[in-house]
Amino acid sequence: MDNVFILTIVVVVYLLMISYLGYYGYRKTKNALDYLVAGRSVHPFVMALSYGATFISTSAIVGFGGAAAMFGMGLLWLTFLNILMGIIIAFIIFGKRTRKIGHNLDAHTFPELMGRRFQSSFIQGFSGLVIFIFMPLYAAAVLIGAARFIETTFSSQINYNVAILIYTLIICAYVLAGGLKGVMYTDALQGAIMFVGMMILLVMTYTKLGGVVAAHQALGAMAAQVPEKLIAIGHMGWTKMPTLGSNLWWTLVSTIVMGVGIGVLAQPQLAVRFMTVKSNKEINRAVSIGGVFILSMTGIAFVVGALTNVYFFTHPEFGKISMAVAGGNIDKIIPMYINSALPVWFVYVFMLTLLSAAMSTSSSQFHTMGTAIGRDFVERALLRGKYPQYTVLVTRIGIIFGVIATVILGYKLPGSVIAVATAIFFGLCASAFLPSYIGALFWKGMTKAGVIASMLTGFLGTAFWLLFIHQKEAEAMGLCKLIFGKSTLTGFPWTVVDPIVVILPISLVVAFGVSFFTQKLPKEHIEKCFKHV
Amino acid sequence: MTVLGIDDWGIWSAYLLCILGAIFSVVYGIINWNKGDEEVYPEDVRWVRDEKKAEEEV
Repeated sequence: MDNVFILTIVVVVYLLMISYLGYYGYRKTKNALDYLVAGRSVHPFVMALSYGATFISTSAIVGFGGAAAMFGMGLLWLTFLNILMGIIIAFIIFGKRTRKIGHNLDAHTFPELMGRRFQSSFIQGFSGLVIFIFMPLYAAAVLIGAARFIETTFSSQINYNVAILIYTLIICAYVLAGGLKGVMYTDALQGAIMFVGMMILLVMTYTKLGGVVAAHQALGAMAAQVPEKLIAIGHMGWTKMPTLGSNLWWTLVSTIVMGVGIGVLAQPQLAVRFMTVKSNKEINRAVSIGGVFILSMTGIAFVVGALTNVYFFTHPEFGKISMAVAGGNIDKIIPMYINSALPVWFVYVFMLTLLSAAMSTSSSQFHTMGTAIGRDFVERALLRGKYPQYTVLVTRIGIIFGVIATVILGYKLPGSVIAVATAIFFGLCASAFLPSYIGALFWKGMTKAGVIASMLTGFLGTAFWLLFIHQKEAEAMGLCKLIFGKSTLTGFPWTVVDPIVVILPISLVVAFGVSFFTQKLPKEHIEKCFKHV
Repeated sequence: MTVLGIDDWGIWSAYLLCILGAIFSVVYGIINWNKGDEEVYPEDVRWVRDEKKAEEEV
């Protein structure tokens, strides 16, 4: 499909629609105070879809969908964790306390919540800095997902580099139109579009391949087509888990499933969403919609991703597995499948689906980067709250820097990188923030020293592991080779074990261990934090 | 045992657990649909006011 004119019209109409809804939402939030006091609240559908749209992006659909085309349906364990951790545990166990403690401390960002809970500007500043420096990696993953789809859809007119610029312009227009405010109504509309688009994708794919059972059987029968180099590292077919303990098994289970599945609990842009609701009732209600939404996003993306192998292999024009059709770049598999297998009208629908998925996540990422550097690092940690008048300026500059860093990464990062980049950021957040976040919400005895020790352990430990142990990143960075003359410091299996498996438990032990022996926070502060909890 | 055309239990159990997880979410939401109502405290009102102020500034 090469019709850039139709693309332009579709995107403009879509942006107008989103802008109108943003304006409508803005007018409504103008009265948020009255709204709150009047006893009404954000509809749980709106809250759940907004959370879901922020959580799920082109990274999940294009990047991890493509990963499913390589790893197979084992990625469904990530969907299970997405629902269990990302919805059930995040909402029911973490969400309710985050909302209440956040309100008690008047905290508006994740680093601010941690900083105020543990009475430490360092904690707030350090968290903000880590987020500001590393979130562009995740933002780039979302950007690349969107750009790969634009590139594939308009292959004769738009190359990848231009596609990145186009998406950046769209997101800038969206942000200028007020999208950065994260108005729940716009996010919710985007969530609704994503839901419809993915449901159609699932039904069409299963129908095309002869039904649910026939499609799975056809994929199972393709085990003989797995490339030799994948068999050598443990691949046993797309409807089988990799060989236990193999290279591929560790990558699938530790990096893809655990890294992202657990990391979601400590995602700064998601944690603050819970503070926007009025009571636990909204959170309870939102659980039902959230669970179905996540199933329909990552569940469908991963099933369809794996099944693309059946489509491409049995299609006379291709006759190859998905990875071979995409020239080895798994980030291209979902875009190529949509463009090749599905009708033109659906390509436009899916374009809106992906645009929605990307924009709702991108805008929250840029907002989080801006506040992380402006409010959390510069205002609190650097200037110690002395010059709050500069916060807005620094936040805006931070957002611009965040966008630039993301675009540069979009150009520089290699192929097949979306899932890996996302997993690194999620894993880093888990190791650096999760133990302290758990303590902040559930343990009155956690101390400032315990949190600082845990955050530093999680951050430095993850950095060390990625630079010196985990083969893929250590080889790419080259620092280990430079210092020690070898690409990694240890041998298999550690070279394929994700840092989250080793560093998160250490960070947990450090957080709780150090807290036992260090000075507790004042009693009256703890009472204030846990008031009405 | 084959479930939905998938032989490996490691895969079909994930497939089914995803669906069960979503069903659990729906059931939880419905059972607790009217639970969790809370009084609005001054700190909740202050939070909304400050959030709005911060948003407008940026």
